[in-house]
Amino acid sequence: MDKGLTVRLHQQAEIPLDVAFSVAPGEAMALVGPSGSGKTTTLRAIAGLYHAAEGRIACNGATWFDSAAGIHLPARQRRAGLVFQSYALFPHLTALANVMEALNDTPRETRREAATALLARVHLDGLEDRRPAQLSGGEQQRVAVARALARRPDVLLLDEPFSAVDRVTRRKLRRELAELRRDLPMPMVLVTHDLDDVTRLADRLCVMHKGRILQSGSVSDVMTRPASAEIAELLDLAADDA
Amino acid sequence: MDWEAFWLTIRLGGLTVLLLIPAAILTGRWLAATRMRGRAIVEAGLALPLVLPPTVVGFYLMIAFGSGAWFGQMFERLFGQTLVFTFEGLLLASLIVNIPFAVQPIQRAFEAVGPELREAAASCGLSRWRTLWRIELPLAWPGILTGTVLTFAHTLGEFGVVLMVGGSIPGETRTIAIAIYDRVQAFDEAAAGQMAAVLLLVSLATIAASYMLTQRIGRRYG
Repeated sequence: MDKGLTVRLHQQAEIPLDVAFSVAPGEAMALVGPSGSGKTTTLRAIAGLYHAAEGRIACNGATWFDSAAGIHLPARQRRAGLVFQSYALFPHLTALANVMEALNDTPRETRREAATALLARVHLDGLEDRRPAQLSGGEQQRVAVARALARRPDVLLLDEPFSAVDRVTRRKLRRELAELRRDLPMPMVLVTHDLDDVTRLADRLCVMHKGRILQSGSVSDVMTRPASAEIAELLDLAADDA
Repeated sequence: MDWEAFWLTIRLGGLTVLLLIPAAILTGRWLAATRMRGRAIVEAGLALPLVLPPTVVGFYLMIAFGSGAWFGQMFERLFGQTLVFTFEGLLLASLIVNIPFAVQPIQRAFEAVGPELREAAASCGLSRWRTLWRIELPLAWPGILTGTVLTFAHTLGEFGVVLMVGGSIPGETRTIAIAIYDRVQAFDEAAAGQMAAVLLLVSLATIAASYMLTQRIGRRYG
């Protein structure tokens, strides 16, 4: 597949991984599984923050990682917008400056305008000059999303994006992200424990356990027809976690 | 009051800070992020001047700087002068004994920045230098300030190493700490007391200024 994201990773040691999946442009794939199932490691490998032993990662025709060919593009050279679980906002910079940092390949004179527009897109107008410590958890999450989008990424990666906020904020943010997602042309990979995140945000679902994909398919297929008792149990656990 | 010794001490402290802090920033940043196997050995080597008696450090430096050692000989061949009992030798000794005072607070400050912000910077497409300049240095600034102040204050008060490497040559190696000692030896307690008070005030002012700046930075990033 030239367009979209293709991922194939394999390794035995350290963190066992054996995953292969593709995500089309505009499609959202959720990686679900218990802690230690390898979902965050997979996401980090896509972003270039983890170097898997073997495999290949390509996005929109560009090879980001190919162990056979000795290619491993560093994170800064991959157009991957990553929303960290703890947001990882730069604490000494304002919301606007956080987004502007990710716009460093945009002409200097239009950076401020572009960052302001991105913050408005995530409903943060008027809060541009606040530092992360002066923002609520939900507002910080929005800044993290705006910053991830600022790179005009070829893929959007979200690592447990709602885990640090309360239930009410989580519902609100989820609704906003679902709306935002409709206009985003790139593939999206979402790591979550929460099946509500999956049903509201994802088109497809990969159930992972111990570094392997146990089942993947459309969200409704996997949820209604789990391929084994183990998968049903894992999905039940995810539902309980939520 | 031996103003010549006072200004020589200030010049020594200033030059030590100017030359050591940039190197300490690079070393501290490297140590904070490296997963190299021999990291503990490197750290132990850099911390040695902290645990060794100053006279021991001074003794080894005096031997190394002397014309009987390869280092002293090499320096003499390159610059046509000896290192022992010169300001240059004193400066080099000051740089060496201050390494832990400069590197350790800076390293801890870079460690406190954490790997996640570095990863976020990489994900934002920032180059290594831009990450250092825009993200890490501003966040590690209180640690850099602490390293600077400790280095400067420690240079003002250093006695054992200065005595071993520099002796007490007026205008060349006699620092204020040595001048105080000389005055006490000469039973001139009034002059010794005056210089001790000046040293105390300068040290207090330097440390107070650093605390105030650190607090201000803390409030800004709250």
